[in-house]
Amino acid sequence: MSIGHTLLGLLESGPRHGYDLKRAFDEKFGHDRPLHYGQVYSTMSRLLKNGLVEVDGIEAGGGPERKRYAITEAGITDVQRWLATPEKPEPYLQSTLYTKVVLALLTDRNAADILDSQRSEHLRMMRILTDRKRKGDLADQLICDHALFHLEADLRWLELTTARLGKLAEAVAK
Amino acid sequence: MTPTGSLLIATDLRKAYGPTTALDGAEFSIHPGEVVAVMGPSGSGKSTLLHCLAGIVPPDSGSIIYNGREMATMSDTERSALRRSEFGFVFQFGQLVPELTCVENVALPLRLNGTSRKEAEKTALGWMQRLEVDDLARKRPGEISGGQGQRVAVSRALVTSPRVLFADEPTGALDSLNGERVMELLTEAARSTNAAVVLVTHEARVAAYSDREIVVRDGKSRDMERVV
Ligand SMILES: Nc1ncnc2c1ncn2[C@@H]1O[C@H](COP(=O)(O)OP(=O)(O)OP(=O)(O)O)[C@@H](O)[C@H]1O
Ligand SMILES: [Mg+2]
Repeated sequence: MSIGHTLLGLLESGPRHGYDLKRAFDEKFGHDRPLHYGQVYSTMSRLLKNGLVEVDGIEAGGGPERKRYAITEAGITDVQRWLATPEKPEPYLQSTLYTKVVLALLTDRNAADILDSQRSEHLRMMRILTDRKRKGDLADQLICDHALFHLEADLRWLELTTARLGKLAEAVAK
Repeated sequence: MTPTGSLLIATDLRKAYGPTTALDGAEFSIHPGEVVAVMGPSGSGKSTLLHCLAGIVPPDSGSIIYNGREMATMSDTERSALRRSEFGFVFQFGQLVPELTCVENVALPLRLNGTSRKEAEKTALGWMQRLEVDDLARKRPGEISGGQGQRVAVSRALVTSPRVLFADEPTGALDSLNGERVMELLTEAARSTNAAVVLVTHEARVAAYSDREIVVRDGKSRDMERVV
């Protein structure tokens, strides 16, 4: 999962301080893996260097967590591109996909389209594997089947999440 | 939108059963030789769409054009002739006539079209060979397994060399190995005769045998090739 894009996405609803960003991230996405402060600062300084965020103000007291960051136009474009680009279908994508969907809801983007374009990408990969399986030997078949079963599980999750998008939107808005 | 070269095109299909909206502006199109998967949650309208496309159930409104002709303007006789000679059907369960042997079951559509018994059973056996069930020809449906029965049913659906094969959850009752073998044989046979296949399934691994997919949700269809 891309921490940079996630932090950028969180900044879209308004400028935040470093400590506030960390808290928002941990609350929404970091249940099992909260961010270290060090990760926040190294990520933010990279985003700053690339012109995706700017410093909007510094609180008295100093220290990097006192900096207030705001997203730039280039930053918004970058989040948009990340959200709109389907992930390469592979097992164990869930946390990235979940993050994308929640961020889309938080920023009033079309989360259903993100899920559907991912769904379509997954099925495209499944067709390639099915074709390879049909032409291959037993070893190919078994390897492709393993990938196919995992992609199928992802796809079921995508479908279920699509069906529950309304509820998720309510939960995220709280 | 009328994709050129389409064999079957449906636009803005609506169908309600009493207070239940089954189709709410669904669209569909398919080319000869193409396999299109119709996916979506249970109760979303997939089977209703298939029944409308096949002329089994009339839509409340909307247009279905098969081979250049609007289906609604055909007489009932014309529509059932179409179903008998140009369409083939495979469903999830219970399609074989229990009193007939397997080869008689497969030959049945040809017999109904007036083909002689000998001729019909010869063609039927040819299809059963392709579906790898010719050794079951003289058995009755009660004496064969579900997976074998489904292959017999696919043979029967293809025996008239239909231009469109309608399959509603054709592997729904099979385990994955049997289901995939049926899909492999079905798509291979359909491709070799340039038949179009409308494949209703909620299983992604089955849909992976298609060329493209549409998703039906709440009676509306979404062409997944046009997702942004
Ligand atoms: N003959 C009928 N009479 C009344 N309601 C019907 C009839 N056929 C379908 N429906 C209703 O229309 C809606 C769509 O049904 P349909 O059978 O097309 O769904 P489906 O997508 O094929 O579902 P499944 O995946 O469970 O087969 C459902 O709400 C269903 O209850
Ligand atoms: Mg159905």
